[in-house]
Amino acid sequence: MAKANEIKYLTAIKLEKRAKKFCRFKKYGIRYVDYKDAEFLKKFLNEQGKLLPRRITGNSLKYQRKVAEAIKKARQMALLPYVADLLK
Amino acid sequence: MNNYELMVIFTPVLSEDDYKAAQKKYLAFVKDNGGSVVHDKPWGLKSLAYPIRKKTTGLYWVLEYRALSDFNEKLDIQILRDESILRSMVTRLDKYAVEYNTKKRSGVPTGTEKVEA
Repeated sequence: MAKANEIKYLTAIKLEKRAKKFCRFKKYGIRYVDYKDAEFLKKFLNEQGKLLPRRITGNSLKYQRKVAEAIKKARQMALLPYVADLLK
Repeated sequence: MNNYELMVIFTPVLSEDDYKAAQKKYLAFVKDNGGSVVHDKPWGLKSLAYPIRKKTTGLYWVLEYRALSDFNEKLDIQILRDESILRSMVTRLDKYAVEYNTKKRSGVPTGTEKVEA
């Protein structure tokens, strides 16, 4: 009975290549993140209303900071909650 | 002359005409002090993401204006004196923000629609 590690594949297993992340602001040429647009900012929040890290959103540093600042302004003006459950 | 944007939340108990009267008061205040109003947009009654001063809804009002840099201090004094205002925020707009706002008003797509999750 061939054990799992003894199985030799004829061709190498093709690792599923993850789609290359890109900074959506550079790609679509958005230069200003509006703090009034809560729907757009929700894309950068997780279910608890916390900011998603750059490695997940794929933003470049410059625009991640703009998004973070806009989200904090939106939270100040009660457009976005500070803590939430099932925000989406 | 810099571009600023004021966002104000009024108490929901404010009646419709008080709401309009407050808006006119601040529009006149901006014009008196040498500023010029670019655009003002009342959002009306919206529910707040969290209660402010025990109220869960508020009357939002956004005002975009151009003014001298020392004007905002006077504006803040007026706003603090007005107790029908729950919260207010003045942000300075750079040229991209002004371009974004004009595009948003004139219906030109600003690119945020194309952005998927």
